[in-house]
Amino acid sequence: MREIEYATVVDEVARLAIEANCILGEDIKERVMQAREIEESPLGKEVLTQILENAEIAKREMLPICQDTGIAVVFVEMGEEVKVKGGLSAAINEGIRKGYKEGYLRKSVVADPLRRKNTNDNTPAVIYTQIVSGDKLKITVMPKGGGSENMSEVKMLTPAAGMEGVKKYVIDRVERSGANPCPPIIVGVGIGGTMEMCALQAKKTLLREIGSNHPDPFYDQMEKELLEEINKIGIGPQGFGGRTTALAVFISAFPCHIASLPVAVNINCHAARHKSVTL
Amino acid sequence: MASHIIKSPLTEEVVKGLKAGDSCFITGIIYSARDAAHKKLVEAINNKEKLPFDLQGAIVYYVGPCPAKPGYPIGPCGPTTSERMDPYTPTLLAHGMKGMIGKGNRSPQVLEALKRYHGVYFAAIGGVAALLAKKVKKYEVIAYEDLGPEAVSKMEVVDFPCIVVNDMYGNDLYEEGLKKYRRL
Repeated sequence: MREIEYATVVDEVARLAIEANCILGEDIKERVMQAREIEESPLGKEVLTQILENAEIAKREMLPICQDTGIAVVFVEMGEEVKVKGGLSAAINEGIRKGYKEGYLRKSVVADPLRRKNTNDNTPAVIYTQIVSGDKLKITVMPKGGGSENMSEVKMLTPAAGMEGVKKYVIDRVERSGANPCPPIIVGVGIGGTMEMCALQAKKTLLREIGSNHPDPFYDQMEKELLEEINKIGIGPQGFGGRTTALAVFISAFPCHIASLPVAVNINCHAARHKSVTL
Repeated sequence: MASHIIKSPLTEEVVKGLKAGDSCFITGIIYSARDAAHKKLVEAINNKEKLPFDLQGAIVYYVGPCPAKPGYPIGPCGPTTSERMDPYTPTLLAHGMKGMIGKGNRSPQVLEALKRYHGVYFAAIGGVAALLAKKVKKYEVIAYEDLGPEAVSKMEVVDFPCIVVNDMYGNDLYEEGLKKYRRL
């Protein structure tokens, strides 16, 4: 059994949290530049320009892109033949604590959803662990902001609703969100599975690179159609009106019960932050 | 769509001249407060207690900044979603607040109160927080420190950029934008 030092995980998680928050992905920048070329609204163009300027300042000075540095969602793929000395979850939370302190990131987590006292160190992280073969440990840190998360939703459709029903629901969810999730957004769609599995699929699909194609041509086509339809709604950058409401739509489908058709929409803002490391 | 350079606190005259869609650059003192602080402000008003700042003509910014790095007055500080403040907003407008900076749609009650009390709702661009921090010259927590990033602060801003979403005449940029660009 391979062993990884506790401190290695702590330091790597801290680094990922800081880098994810301060460095906007090249794929996003590229898509924002493309969107700016075709944006019809002058105000919309101005918003997209400021998004790019902001990304430059943030990267140069290592400042967070957005003040909402999120609740830390952490995806782990853990090999069956590897262990973390001192415990994986403890090391991840220690890393988040360190990263949010040393990176001057905002502490945005309350200890209890109803009594709402800030934990002051942004822990606990929301950790999803998958056991895989091998002796490697892959950690992905995804700081997730509240504004876009609050516009996310799960709905249990009936199988008769079919693809049209799913598309209608996704478009409706985006339309109802309006300016709240800071458009341009990235739309993660989970279809199938069970209620909670569907939501998790929607979230995980937000890790995909912008511009990447879905491996299944059926869903690839559906993603493209949805993106086109969403960009016809007219919400535009920041909801001021325009062509650029979404930068990408990502779908993840999973087998489901004969009676069910769950759909989840997880919305991300342009600051679609995530960084990974394999140890 | 005009562009205005305006001073904070706001006067009735300035508010009258602002229309949905106008660009504004604000210079002066503004105050930060999010929902937890709004709850306390409204409680203070209801209990006839003194508020931590003068509401007359005040602009309230819905923001919870990041901690400041050494050498910086403030950390990145973009707007948070305004609808969480909606239940408290009409009371603050009734007691003299003139402007709000946030992002996203407001409730019908807030829009009504903007018309009745002659207030204005601005949007700052969500997600450009590092850029907006450059417009803040001083930042000082003045109340409810226990709320952490949600504490009330006094901010000195210079040319802080925002857009008028709702003016005192009932115009709504979000609605107008949708109408103009909708192709569905």
